[in-house]
Amino acid sequence: MENTGISKELSSLSNVKTKRKKEQKSNVKYLENKPLAEWKVNAGRFFVFLIIILFWEAGARAQIIDPFFWSLPSEILATWMQIILDGTAWRDTFFTFQSTVYGFVIGTVAGAMLGLSFWWSRYYAKVAEPFIIMFESMPKLALAPIIVLIFGLGMSSKIAMAVAITIVITTLTTYNGLKRVDSDLIRMIYSLGATRLQVFTKVVVPWTMPSIISALRINIGLALTGAIVGEYIGSTHGIGRMIFYAGQTYEIDLIWAGIFNLSLLSMFLYAVVSQIEKFLLAGMLHQK
Amino acid sequence: MADFKLELKGVTKVFESGSNTKTTAISNINMKIPDHRFVSIIGPSGCGKSTLFNIISGLMETSMGEIKVDGNKVNGMAGTVGYMLQKDLLLPWRKILDNVILGMELKGVSKKEASDIAVPLLEKYGLGGFEHSYPSQLSGGMRQRAALLRTILYDRDIILLDEPFGALDAQTRSVMQEWLLDLWDDFQKTILFITHDIDEAIYLSDEVYIMSARPGGIKEHLCIDIPRPRKPTIVTSQKFIEYKELALSLLSEETKKASQIEKKVI
Repeated sequence: MENTGISKELSSLSNVKTKRKKEQKSNVKYLENKPLAEWKVNAGRFFVFLIIILFWEAGARAQIIDPFFWSLPSEILATWMQIILDGTAWRDTFFTFQSTVYGFVIGTVAGAMLGLSFWWSRYYAKVAEPFIIMFESMPKLALAPIIVLIFGLGMSSKIAMAVAITIVITTLTTYNGLKRVDSDLIRMIYSLGATRLQVFTKVVVPWTMPSIISALRINIGLALTGAIVGEYIGSTHGIGRMIFYAGQTYEIDLIWAGIFNLSLLSMFLYAVVSQIEKFLLAGMLHQK
Repeated sequence: MADFKLELKGVTKVFESGSNTKTTAISNINMKIPDHRFVSIIGPSGCGKSTLFNIISGLMETSMGEIKVDGNKVNGMAGTVGYMLQKDLLLPWRKILDNVILGMELKGVSKKEASDIAVPLLEKYGLGGFEHSYPSQLSGGMRQRAALLRTILYDRDIILLDEPFGALDAQTRSVMQEWLLDLWDDFQKTILFITHDIDEAIYLSDEVYIMSARPGGIKEHLCIDIPRPRKPTIVTSQKFIEYKELALSLLSEETKKASQIEKKVI
């Protein structure tokens, strides 16, 4: 008797009204994760870029946005072509490029070495930790005026800025990787009679490498920011100096052309570092 | 020449957790192990088996007592015995061959020479063709083999194995047991083997030490008098079952005690 009671209730389940209005469609295509066609993605990106440029140009011509501040894409391009042709853009780009790369390399290598050095003594690491964190939380860009005063108007002050801004973040990233080293691996290699130096070179450094590598892409952007800010404060050359001077003389086209030029440099550096990262990680990581 | 390959005298370990609380993990452990023996250690979980191995391997200091290898005191000296921990602990960024020769590499043997020794062994012990694979490309059983070969190639007379097959499925496990016995035969090592599995302990060993609940001590020492080579079917023989019954009853006493201790702690 009870059974029939339950089956009655079950049969009434199918009569329960739901609020869904449409028939349910197949959602399989969201589950299968088919790779997207690359040309479609690229076409979409290009389309968005084109729309933005078109609206900018049309908006400025129709005076909807103020062309005094926003200029026009067509004029910006003309100005950029001009500084490319007369050579000033090349000279400034190369200056900024050099200070960024030097700062990036010095900051990353020194930061990684500093971070790795913490493995050798827990006492030293504990004592140093608050200083590192203090320096990390301080806005390094605030140091720019004093760094330019100390290192002068040439390239060295830009390199110093780039180093200041990249070194601590690399140290911290490395140190965090260091703290996650599998302690069983360390015991294993000690049980094979390893010396401390061997533990360091055979386990600790390779283990921490991916952390260091992951800092590269962030660092290249930071190094560029450091170099540009250094150039704003005072410099003989560089894209930052070009933009800063254009701003002071109200050459709006030139400001935008400088920013455009800077974006190209930034994209180039990012692409190169991404490739380096890919190459290095392929050699380091074999975990699936 | 000393009478025993490995000798433990009154080995005791007290952990100091906090300022006043002290926990005795193992207390007054004595063992005398002759050369070329296969010795298993079983005991309730938390009885300090792994602590004992850490002490023998020199990765941990004793609070009291002595560890002697060939009659020489080796307290706190890492590297005097081969030690394989539960996990395979292969370095994921090294190829299998480079992992297996790690011990020799640390001793300063040239890579060429080490490879010349290791490659035929990899071939012989079922890892042929995988020399240049990375650990992530191998199955659990093969990784365990590689880890064991690394320990063998480190070339110490005594090898400690801490539940090396604990994470493997039953089939792989019995294959690995045979494989381990072959290896033991070929290389004439003295093996100390921790396991949870009574069958495994009796089947593999010449001697079985049963440890008591915390603080861990030696409760019983059984000599397994079953001739070798043993067939896998031996587990159904009368003698085997007698050993198993004895070990089970001893162990269940200790397991009960261990659970009572845990209740008290809670």
